[in-house]
Amino acid sequence: MGFRAIWVAYTTLVTKEVRRFMRIWPQTLLPPAITMALYFVIFGNLIGSRIGEMGGYRYMEFIVPGLIMMSVITNSYSNVASSFFSTKFQHSIEELLVSPVPNWTILAGYVTGGVARGLAVGLIVTLLALFFSDLRVQHLALTVAMVVLTAVLFSLGGFLNALFARTFDDVSIVPTFVLTPLTYLGGVFYSIALLPEVWQKLSMANPILYMVNAFRYGILGVSDIPVGAAFAMVVGFILVMFSVALYVLNRGIGIRH
Amino acid sequence: MAAALSIRELRKTYKNGMEALKGISLDVEEGDFFALLGPNGAGKSTTLGIVSSLVNKSSGSVRIFGHDLDTQLAQAKMCLGVVPQEFNFNQFEKVYDILETQAGFYGIAAPKARDTIERLLHELGLWDKRHVQARTLSGGMKRRLMIARALVHHPKLLILDEPTAGVDVELRRSMWKFMQDINRAGTTIILTTHYLEEAEALCRNIAIIDGGTILENTSKRDLLRKLHLETFLLDVREPLAQVPDLKGVTARLTQEGNLEVDIQAGQTLNQVFGELTQLGIEVTSMRAKSNRLEELFLSLTE
Repeated sequence: MGFRAIWVAYTTLVTKEVRRFMRIWPQTLLPPAITMALYFVIFGNLIGSRIGEMGGYRYMEFIVPGLIMMSVITNSYSNVASSFFSTKFQHSIEELLVSPVPNWTILAGYVTGGVARGLAVGLIVTLLALFFSDLRVQHLALTVAMVVLTAVLFSLGGFLNALFARTFDDVSIVPTFVLTPLTYLGGVFYSIALLPEVWQKLSMANPILYMVNAFRYGILGVSDIPVGAAFAMVVGFILVMFSVALYVLNRGIGIRH
Repeated sequence: MAAALSIRELRKTYKNGMEALKGISLDVEEGDFFALLGPNGAGKSTTLGIVSSLVNKSSGSVRIFGHDLDTQLAQAKMCLGVVPQEFNFNQFEKVYDILETQAGFYGIAAPKARDTIERLLHELGLWDKRHVQARTLSGGMKRRLMIARALVHHPKLLILDEPTAGVDVELRRSMWKFMQDINRAGTTIILTTHYLEEAEALCRNIAIIDGGTILENTSKRDLLRKLHLETFLLDVREPLAQVPDLKGVTARLTQEGNLEVDIQAGQTLNQVFGELTQLGIEVTSMRAKSNRLEELFLSLTE
């Protein structure tokens, strides 16, 4: 396939993916908006007003970047995991496998679809946050770069999950038992400076902590960790996971007999 | 000129140790209407799965119009259209979108694909359903949708894996005509079917596979010549009370008093009719008792 044909195939796949999550918006876009609005009201307003300041900011302002990032992480991951697993389950993956689309284009198409959903939800949550706090972005380019890279990373994670999944349970295990705990313990609701030293050190092994803090630094200008290290880690993870996903696709693991 | 499909020493052993293909070799010439027949579990789907890149082969080679699947995969895939046995489209997508998406996967942008999609939807009787979700289609319509999808990029080789399974007689006949038309227009077709009358009516060459091995691979005419015995039912004007004495022919009476005769290879029906005329027995109609290909198929695979 020439470059032009590959571009057509890529945009076709992305269009299909975006059309899918837009078609089922009550399942994909509405729930995170409602959940995050509740977080803002309960944690930010009601409880946050009694907590006072954190990291030099009102509690509401402190948790907004973390909650935006949390919605981006969960939605980019679950979009690719559920969409790709559904195509396996319905065997419509065969439409792609019999076609000449290169595997890297298939991977790029699904990841872009996941990024699109993650960013769409992130934008909705950001707009909601404006009702509760006065968001002033300190470093716009850094903020956008971190949220896009994070969406790419978790879209790749969702793709790998779906590749190996055999049942719908397999698709929900990682988000429930790995992603959610790591996100809640990833500094969304608190600064790790509040933790005892041993827990601070343990928290440093949580990759989501780096992403949340780098994103928070972009918006508020404060972070518990060096921002450069966060970018290096995210880019490193993306390269590793892209390579693994492509290798698995090329071998046909999980998709060919 | 390269064969439409050339398979050499193709082997497939699944992870559970099941040897589905034991080194089959097969050629399908360009323009052919070719039947690949075999009982369930014979290796048909595995063969077609490997050709379609849905199954990894263990060893051997496959070439589609000269393009090797190992070294020229994209070129080989561009030549191939596949209509699988099971419905394998997203049931929630609209009919037109499914075709447009498939064209996109072959690098054909939506505006360029429009004319082909509209023509296929008209020819396959799906035009009125173009804006409905695929899940709302009847079984026959879903089969036709898969045929339209497989043709959207103008493949030179079309694989049809039991395309008429579960469709009514009228629709089956119209699908036969459609397949014959696209074959006449130059598309090579490989068909698998459990309706052996379908293979007999449509195909010029036939391969029979069983236990992962090709048992027969020849023209339909040569294959049918191998039949040693064929049974005909002769309806007679006046029901017979006893079997007439026909020289060299085994005959039986049916419950209705009609005649059932076995014709050996080399014998002709003229001889039978001549003797019946001499005996004053009038034959009003005649039909073969069973599908000839079916008999041969059973004798080879039993």
